[in-house]
Amino acid sequence: MTDMKPSSADGRYTGTAIALHWLIAILIIGGFWLGWVMTDIPGLTPTKLRYFSWHKWIGVTVFALAWLRVLWRLTHPAPPLPAGMPALQRLVSNAVHGLLYALMILIPASGYLYSAAAGVQVVYLGILPLPTLIGPDQQLKVIFRLTHIYLNYALLGLFALHLLGVVKHTLIDRDGLLSRMIPFLR
Amino acid sequence: MSVSILKSAGRLGLQLAAGGVLVLNAAHAAWAQVDTSKSVISAVSKQMNVPVDGKFKKFTASIDFDPAKPAAAKAQFSVDVASYDLGDESFNKEVRGKDWFDAATFPNATFVSTSIVSSGAGTYSVSGKLTIKGKSSDVVVPVTFKQDGANQVFDGALPIKRLQFNIGQGEWKDTSVVADDVQLKFHIVSAAKK
Repeated sequence: MTDMKPSSADGRYTGTAIALHWLIAILIIGGFWLGWVMTDIPGLTPTKLRYFSWHKWIGVTVFALAWLRVLWRLTHPAPPLPAGMPALQRLVSNAVHGLLYALMILIPASGYLYSAAAGVQVVYLGILPLPTLIGPDQQLKVIFRLTHIYLNYALLGLFALHLLGVVKHTLIDRDGLLSRMIPFLR
Repeated sequence: MSVSILKSAGRLGLQLAAGGVLVLNAAHAAWAQVDTSKSVISAVSKQMNVPVDGKFKKFTASIDFDPAKPAAAKAQFSVDVASYDLGDESFNKEVRGKDWFDAATFPNATFVSTSIVSSGAGTYSVSGKLTIKGKSSDVVVPVTFKQDGANQVFDGALPIKRLQFNIGQGEWKDTSVVADDVQLKFHIVSAAKK
């Protein structure tokens, strides 16, 4: 966390970038899984209410950390891609990463607005009531619900591409690209 | 359940037998008509510390109130618990069910005043019997009163404990998800008696 050098100095991401990547990754996977499970629970049960709350708390956390991560990234450039990488692959890589950053912010935002439109305030960790930007609105509720769902499917697709990239660089290119993001290598 | 109510409040018994207070209102033309389109009765619960506001879409009420003679005043309410709206039909369905309101067995929650005393300028303490899900409780409701042209406007809130009325049984007894404390709120607009 104290590593203030530009990340490109030794070809690795900074400790902070690595920590944020994995922390957000775990939160997103947990939040996605909770969202999947809780919406499959029929009717209304205490477990469902609990899962909804936890899901929202995770979303708020990801939202805040994602902004922090974007700020960090803007001030600490990512290490360069392997020299021989074709332009198209660079473009795809940059596009997927850019979209992943966007979704880390847009997905919690859409969920938050969906909750507000449904008339349910988000109280972070059950302690901090967040402002309700919009009042209850049946039409907006439907719109934000669908937005939240479709953005999550988009995230799932991008996550698959992200993992395919890992497979490609590890098994096909064997360029050791992954070591840039593995913690505790130094 | 209705035996005790019939004993304590004959009017309510008539109302239950008639299946609605509207009939009763017709028989008591002197009572002021509550404008249900302008009036709101809601119950605010806390789910995982999130305040959740639900409105009772259907209720009937009659209020006989003269600010100069509060001792002679009377109020009664009958709320259709199946009309409780949380803004989501699957939630509403659960709340109408046996664990919550059990609307099939106890269709109405009622309040019948027993005494009304002034407790300051424009405020009154309304004592009465609150009955929800067949359980009765004597309550004192602080009410503010305001004359608005030809209308009488009453506002107030009453904190209750839901478990006292068996609201939320089974796994819902767990107050860490839905708190025991529930706030009943009302805004009643009534045309003054002719």
